[in-house]
Amino acid sequence: MAAERTQGAVEQLKLRERLAKLRDLPLLRGVGVSGEMARLQRQIDRIGAAPTEDEVWQEVELARHQDRPYTLDYVERMFEDFIELHGDRALTDDKAIVGGLGRFNGRTVALVGHQKARDIRERVDRNYGMAHPEGYRKAMRVMELADRHGFPFIALVDTLGAYPGVKAEQHGQGGWLARCQLQMIRLGIPTVSCIIGEGGSGGAVALAVADRVLMQENSIYSVITPEGCASILWRDAGEAKKAAAALKPDAAHCFQLGVVDAVVPEPPGGAHNDHDAAARLLAASLSEALRDVESLDPVERRRLRHRKFRDMGVFLE
Amino acid sequence: MASRIDVSIQHRGPEPEQERKHPNTCPSCHSHYKDEELEANLRVCPQCGHHFPVRARERVIQLADRGTFEEVDGDLRSADPLEFFDLRAYKERLAEAEVATGLGDAMIAGAAVIERRPCELAVMDFAFMGGSMGSAVGEKFVRASERAAARRVPLVCVTASGGARMQEGILSLMQLPKTVAAVDELREARAALISVMTHPTTAGVIASFASLGDVIVAEPGALLAFTGPRVVQQTVKGEKLPDDFGLAESNQRFGHVDAIIPRPELRPYLGRLLALFERNGG
Repeated sequence: MAAERTQGAVEQLKLRERLAKLRDLPLLRGVGVSGEMARLQRQIDRIGAAPTEDEVWQEVELARHQDRPYTLDYVERMFEDFIELHGDRALTDDKAIVGGLGRFNGRTVALVGHQKARDIRERVDRNYGMAHPEGYRKAMRVMELADRHGFPFIALVDTLGAYPGVKAEQHGQGGWLARCQLQMIRLGIPTVSCIIGEGGSGGAVALAVADRVLMQENSIYSVITPEGCASILWRDAGEAKKAAAALKPDAAHCFQLGVVDAVVPEPPGGAHNDHDAAARLLAASLSEALRDVESLDPVERRRLRHRKFRDMGVFLE
Repeated sequence: MASRIDVSIQHRGPEPEQERKHPNTCPSCHSHYKDEELEANLRVCPQCGHHFPVRARERVIQLADRGTFEEVDGDLRSADPLEFFDLRAYKERLAEAEVATGLGDAMIAGAAVIERRPCELAVMDFAFMGGSMGSAVGEKFVRASERAAARRVPLVCVTASGGARMQEGILSLMQLPKTVAAVDELREARAALISVMTHPTTAGVIASFASLGDVIVAEPGALLAFTGPRVVQQTVKGEKLPDDFGLAESNQRFGHVDAIIPRPELRPYLGRLLALFERNGG
């Protein structure tokens, strides 16, 4: 009994320490958009209060909204010029991930992102934004190019998950997701990732091992889909709503747990209501995050990046 | 579409309709053994060569020179940061797993000597919540890497895992980049990572440290996949999957593992590898 109590106390202490640390983290520092302050305060208040099951599910639905802007919708609005690069230089061009070079705030940056689509034919062509290993290899190729030329690197994450297909497995899906993370954590250039819709499991984190990881207000980031979790733990995919509430994949929770560094606001009602406004808000947050990490010495930046991911998790001892 | 993506396969357990076979009955040739017989034969079926699962402590006995394993971080335990509750509380599942397995979590780690070569050894145990990786497993792996880097000895890692532990939500996903970061540190220190993938090594574990071994060794017949055949079959309805889909043999054919080593040969094989990684020929 005594041991149990001690364990409980230690746990509480550790969580409190972690929360205290999190409170010091910047929440949207310097996003220069007037009229956003009240929204920000609401957001902060909401982080204080635990979202209900319905509220969490609403985030899941918004994150998957078919009118939500996708990577290229943002690219055409945020970048002054963008040249898409194609192919993994080995086998094919996986259209579930796009990548290229563009001009952002007057200088060249490299970008990759998962790409979903609205038109049914394009959806199939892009495999619903679920990439094969070839897509992650394309991303790695763009990262390497950016690193060599000293271009800052931006990744936009929006995928249900890496594709669970026959070829994907035969081509080494797990191994390439691992190598993509390894390459990303090693980069000498400043890196920022943002979850812009669905941050689904290994396929998402493979593009999110960045100096700063941001999350849009109505996006989700999770180890497994609510449906997948429900079918395993509840043995009923219909319990997805309960699973979502238990997984806590919403931005407020991810921020609270120290997994993301800042939450990016969206226009009222969600990004799907106003793509232009959503892009302006995202661009402002990306600029701020990049400015933040660009000021660091490259060696120090890599060390801090390692440290951040090394310290992820909550355990007892 | 959404329900098909189910990459974390822990806890799926046996099919409810499937009859439960005795753990010492060979699923391949149906021979039945006493526990001592199987243990003496490294839990390989003497009839057909089927590899039964091996618990973590027994694996250590199989691989390490007698009395050389010094476990560390044995007090490390999972917390419940999400206060996760499905049909039961995560805390309850943890307590039950600890009682059932005698382990603090799904990995044990420590210093060891294999065939007279010093190394760090980290071994996963599928019996502890499907070998799933939460914060405790991630931390144990990272510390094992740090010790290996500091001692400049190889890290031998034996995996058996259904993937990330759902009950720790996004924090369990974060164990992927966390362990990947540790492998990077290991590489910086020029310490080798030898990854031994056993049945099953899937989802979040194959998508992180397990796949980053300098040398990747697999046990025969092991399922080594990001997504297992059951879920892939749901994606490609109607298409017949290859018979060895996702197995070690298929992985070897496609170039993802260096060697498939039968269990009785594993210890001498690791000994030879460790000798080759020793600086200046030892």
